[in-house]
Amino acid sequence: MNRPVNPPASAYFIAKETERPETHTLSVVVDNEPGVLARVIGLFSGRGYNIESLTVSETEHEKHLSRITIVTRGTPHVLEQIKAQLERIVPVHRVVDLTVVAHERGHEKPLERELALIKVSGTGDNRVETLRLADAFRATVIDANVEHFIFEVTGRTSKIEQFIAIMAPLGLVEVCRTGVAAMSRGPEGM
Amino acid sequence: MNATTKTTEPKEISGAEMVIRALKDNGVEHIFGYPGGAVLPIYDELFQQEDVQHVLVRHEQGAGHAAEGYARSTGKPGVMLVTSGPGATNAVTPLQDALMDSIPLVCITGQVPTSLIGSDAFQECDTVGITRPCTKHNWLVKSVDDLPRILHEAFRVATTGRPGPVVVDIPKDVQFAKGVYQSPKTAEIRPSYQPRLSGDEELIKAAVELMATAKRPILYTGGGVVNSGPEASGLLRELVELTEFPITSTLMGLGAYPASGKNWLGMLGMHGTYEANMAMHDCDVMINIGARFDDRITGRLDKFAPKAKKIHVDIDPSSINKVVHVDLGIIGDVRHVLEDMVRIWRASKGQQDRAALGPWWEQIDRWKARNSLAYTPSKDVIMPQFAVQRLYEASRASGKETFITTEVGQHQMWAAQFFGFEAPNRWMTSGGLGTMGYGLPAAFGVQIAHPDALVIDIAGDASVLMTIQEMSSAVQHSAPIKVFILNNQYMGMVRQWQQLLHGNRLSHSYTEALPDFVKLAEAYGGVGIRAEKPDELDDAIQEMINVDAPVIFDCRVANLANCFPMIPSGKAHNEMLLPDEATDEAVASAISAEGKALV
Repeated sequence: MNRPVNPPASAYFIAKETERPETHTLSVVVDNEPGVLARVIGLFSGRGYNIESLTVSETEHEKHLSRITIVTRGTPHVLEQIKAQLERIVPVHRVVDLTVVAHERGHEKPLERELALIKVSGTGDNRVETLRLADAFRATVIDANVEHFIFEVTGRTSKIEQFIAIMAPLGLVEVCRTGVAAMSRGPEGM
Repeated sequence: MNATTKTTEPKEISGAEMVIRALKDNGVEHIFGYPGGAVLPIYDELFQQEDVQHVLVRHEQGAGHAAEGYARSTGKPGVMLVTSGPGATNAVTPLQDALMDSIPLVCITGQVPTSLIGSDAFQECDTVGITRPCTKHNWLVKSVDDLPRILHEAFRVATTGRPGPVVVDIPKDVQFAKGVYQSPKTAEIRPSYQPRLSGDEELIKAAVELMATAKRPILYTGGGVVNSGPEASGLLRELVELTEFPITSTLMGLGAYPASGKNWLGMLGMHGTYEANMAMHDCDVMINIGARFDDRITGRLDKFAPKAKKIHVDIDPSSINKVVHVDLGIIGDVRHVLEDMVRIWRASKGQQDRAALGPWWEQIDRWKARNSLAYTPSKDVIMPQFAVQRLYEASRASGKETFITTEVGQHQMWAAQFFGFEAPNRWMTSGGLGTMGYGLPAAFGVQIAHPDALVIDIAGDASVLMTIQEMSSAVQHSAPIKVFILNNQYMGMVRQWQQLLHGNRLSHSYTEALPDFVKLAEAYGGVGIRAEKPDELDDAIQEMINVDAPVIFDCRVANLANCFPMIPSGKAHNEMLLPDEATDEAVASAISAEGKALV
């Protein structure tokens, strides 16, 4: 039976994405138990969502509650799904899209801070320049000898990025960042 | 050991004994399992009691599907017990199957002792890691003190909300360790898991208003109605009677509304009826109850029910707006929401006059007249559709309570199209995952729950070989399942798709060396029956029904029959390929240029 050859096709309909992706910051309160982080990040990898930043630590010791802050990027429809899927996880108590809350309260973004440790090595004039710039960024020296500095700097992600970029030509050796910690402005809790 | 003696000090029992106690306390009568090193203490406890019946299978996948069939046919959770390592990995397929079809399944796995975890010990695997994405939740029990609470929580998570599979991984030392048992009542309930049952009254009112003004409404129901229990099906029938709306259902929801009901349009979706799909496309109000807009249902999304206001009732908030944006999303259990819906419909004064639906029903009748399930009968070869029809008639005539399971493929679609289901929980099939090999063990599980019923696995020759070993379990447990194989020697659905999509290049879809199924049945200690001609069929089916033993029925059917009607890839509901239009040429060119562009 010789029939005209059809190119491969499939029964899966792939809809064209028309919405624009946005970056949102989510706060997820979970029971601090073994495997809970794996459940959360497994959801992101398993369903093809993005993680741009992830921060986690126990925040209420007596209740064994941890707070996970996730910066993710997706279309409004995907962001809604991410929230709903996270809420399905059994040890997840609450999911708050801080970016949505900020918009509702008339802010552009929630409060977001990162901390970075940055090691820069160099001698001579570079050291002077390094210190001058660090001062401008309110980075503090937390370790130093005649060949290097380690700075601690906190701020919004953009500020950290900028500081790292500036340090690059001055002998940047190593960077460690905490990822974003975030909270809604105003007196209300999440 | 006397468990009933009341002493002032709480009695300490072993973890293994706690497992049995927890099973009893959660109403478990049967578990499906396979022993191994890491579960021996639990097997030892099983041996010393008679309340929980253990049903031995031949492969852990079989235990899982049997438990799924058991669960689906009873409404109770299915329970499986397997050992560590390969026992657990073999359970993965049924776990994912249960996850996708929302089947309550409690899987207890043995694990190497806690001191050896992480050392690559014999038969060790990261069970909770492997099963995390294919369970609703899972637990590794590190201390015997946590065991009773976790076991009770496992049953609660599996059976409440949107049901699903759970895994409790119990290291061997925890099974030996002694601790104090707590009953389900005393075990605390986790605050982060509180599924919502009743829907928002305002939204339900808005839905009823929308329904009352509809001119071309359709009810599109799914497995959620079955999961919600028999009351939900009763309420659904009441709603249909009240509203006079036409109703269609997904594969998973068959039986919730009776196939003989006058408003029934048949199944919808890729191989659904013409009238169901056309009504979905042209409707002005769609009421989705307990279904999830699966891609086999919707076809082309941008042309899915373009004129419809959509109402979606689902217990899982993440189902709402997942693939199809809806106008009214009602989060709640189907039974609760239907109760409210029926009550509010009855109370609303401005109930719509049924005459308004007249033109819609006339249109539906015209679509029905296309007779989309027609096939060309033959005197020389058994047409697969004919075989299912005869099987259906014979099972009805037998007067026995009948349960049908299937494997996955063409036979599954023909079973869904031609077997009529009058009640929920009578139809067990692998819908979401599409697991070949599901049907035989599922039938076995159903038969364990319903020893006197007629339980038939409508099977394909390829699928059935994936779990054929469970014939041995059926014989051991005197479970007289009937494995009715529509044998066309091909992986029929694969072959059909190769014909449709890949220039009829039948790459590895023909099974050259099938076993002699009659001899195979006899080798297992069952009964083998073969039918090769249409005129032999009825007598052979009757013989199969009458035999009180496991049967493999080798029904030799037309080799190259295709399953129609069909929504070809990249097409919408109103672009179905009907059997009378499905010439070789039409089939070969069914995929449009647009369809070809799809991945």
